[in-house]
Amino acid sequence: MALPSYTETRYRIWHYIYLTICTFVFFFLIAPLFVIFPLSFNAEEFLVFSEGMKNLDPDAFSLRWYKDMIYGTKNPWGLAAKNSFIIAIFATIGSIILGTLAALGLSSRHMPYKGLIMATLISPMIVPLIISGVAIFFFMAKAGLAATHTGIVLAHIILGTPFVVITVTATLSGFDHSVTRAAASLGSNPVNTFMKITLPLILPGVISGGLFAFVTSFDEVVVVLFLAGLENTTIPIQMWTGLREQLSPTILAVATCLILLSTLILISAELLRRRSERLRGINR
Amino acid sequence: MSSETKQILTTDGIPLEVSLKKAEKKNKIKAFLLVAPLLLFLVITYIFPIGDMFMRSVDDKMITNMLPKTFKAMEKWENLEELPPEEVYRSFYEDYKLLAENQQHGKLGQRLNKEKNGFNTITKKLFRQIKRKKIDESVSIKEQINKLHKRWRNVEYWLAIKRTAPPYTVAKYLKGMDMYFDSDGSITQVEEDRRIHRILWLRTLEIAFFVTLFSFFMGYPIAHLLATLPMKYSNLLMICVLLPFWTSLLVRTASWMILLQQQGLVNDFFVMIGLVGDDNRPEMMYNKVGTYVAMTQILLPFMVLPLYSVMKTISPSLMRAGKSLGGTPFVAFWKVYFPLTIPGIGAGCLLVFILAIGYYITPALVGGASGTLISNQIAFHMKTTLDWSFASAMGLMLLTGVLVIYWIYNKLVGVDNIKLG
Repeated sequence: MALPSYTETRYRIWHYIYLTICTFVFFFLIAPLFVIFPLSFNAEEFLVFSEGMKNLDPDAFSLRWYKDMIYGTKNPWGLAAKNSFIIAIFATIGSIILGTLAALGLSSRHMPYKGLIMATLISPMIVPLIISGVAIFFFMAKAGLAATHTGIVLAHIILGTPFVVITVTATLSGFDHSVTRAAASLGSNPVNTFMKITLPLILPGVISGGLFAFVTSFDEVVVVLFLAGLENTTIPIQMWTGLREQLSPTILAVATCLILLSTLILISAELLRRRSERLRGINR
Repeated sequence: MSSETKQILTTDGIPLEVSLKKAEKKNKIKAFLLVAPLLLFLVITYIFPIGDMFMRSVDDKMITNMLPKTFKAMEKWENLEELPPEEVYRSFYEDYKLLAENQQHGKLGQRLNKEKNGFNTITKKLFRQIKRKKIDESVSIKEQINKLHKRWRNVEYWLAIKRTAPPYTVAKYLKGMDMYFDSDGSITQVEEDRRIHRILWLRTLEIAFFVTLFSFFMGYPIAHLLATLPMKYSNLLMICVLLPFWTSLLVRTASWMILLQQQGLVNDFFVMIGLVGDDNRPEMMYNKVGTYVAMTQILLPFMVLPLYSVMKTISPSLMRAGKSLGGTPFVAFWKVYFPLTIPGIGAGCLLVFILAIGYYITPALVGGASGTLISNQIAFHMKTTLDWSFASAMGLMLLTGVLVIYWIYNKLVGVDNIKLG
């Protein structure tokens, strides 16, 4: 951001102070993530940078913690990863179906009590997780679903749907309803209209809501802590246990993998957002 | 419309107004049916259980169900200064005998002991007499019980039993605020040094407030920079906000645990610039400092994103207009730009505050004893002491606070205006 040549000195100084503050804040946001990378390749057991690492000695780096993560003696990570993916995938599918249908209804101008219903549907996002955890636990215990995959999937659908509802309603706000009427006047039935016309147009919103739901489920620990038994352990549960007991370099290896995964998700979310903006731009 | 005006009819002869209303109704039902599955699902699995939490938090049916005859007889006990009549004693004796046969008397003794100290001893005494069949049912039970222990002759103890009659109680809520019902039934505060919950509530509010404040002062400048920079630079910098946003909470907490430990990089840096000596590195984790630093970094994206989406809509020509009308850049900023960003500030601050007030994971890991919040206490009662009714009561107190803030948020920005990503 170049300053115009006529700027007075004191405003110039202010401008540079402002840029320095911004740099500091960006550094504060992103730097902590980069501490994890090098330490996960540490050849030693300690979570500090050894002299060898500071001097970039190749012997100070190793893949032993990644080996431990995959082939480790008790190896909780394999089961945890499998559970996490299964639960997150089913929770995402459930959230997408329920959330998209609800968003379609909410975007209709005929919807009665719109505000109240919207507030109810969004509430799992606003209510503190600990309270959701307690309430969902009471329900699952009564329904006999505590310590089952089904119970955790249902719990994560509850937590994931608000994101789908929000992103899909946002996509639908720029949606031109005359195209569906046009399809209907040309003889298409509602299901066909939805599949051929509406869905392709709102798909970016649906997928980005789905990504939110996936991440919410994949990253969720508070509710799972109440619900999970030994068989249903997930990656966040294992990390939570590990961080509470002892911060081991294996956890950092897992964390590095998780950062790579979130980078992938970030890239897909950004691409989707741009596509969605383009599509909506055409509609207007 | 005058009565002479001809009603407009549709082709099949039905008045247009009626036909329109019918179509509207059909559309309404259609829209509602689309929302119904999710609404029903949430009501059953989520809204009702929160109601269930409320029922649990006020439930006090245990004694009500244990001493049904006693409480019925007590309705006739009018002069509360004196000991209850023979009938109450007899009903109590009958209820107690039944409990003793079912091995439930111990529970009653413990529960009554909570109401008034000393009950456990005298109920045990009564139990032994009943077991040895020493009580003669043909003569006055009142006299026999009164002879057992002097506390049975004290009206205070009978009043304590009477107080447990209602099936509902607010005692758990009082406990959450460090208060209790004392022996004459009035609300009293616990001693000064035992007021642990009040400290936790205040600390939760304090941490949520300061985390919101820090996030605001750090988030406002960078949101402004992101909104004013040309697209190609701002997209790149946006990654700095979005990558932490998408990264697992536990990963981010882990990185702070590494950074803040005594041999960690932050302390290394302080030693390097000579701020502290190598031998007395400050403790930055397992206290409030750790909680503040980690929570601010973790919640900062939730401040930046709403601010950014509002600032993006402010035309730069407004600032130029302000300056061209003679305002200095500071005046132009304060009088023109800042007021326009207030919706974003409200949204960001309330979002961060709501999230911070219910935080659990990060304080539990980096907070130590002085950094724990109300959520940690709820989890503790759910998992360790198993006092679920108390955990429910505390949860609902927290929820009420959050709902008030949510309501304000809704009034200010509207829930359907939340933007993500």
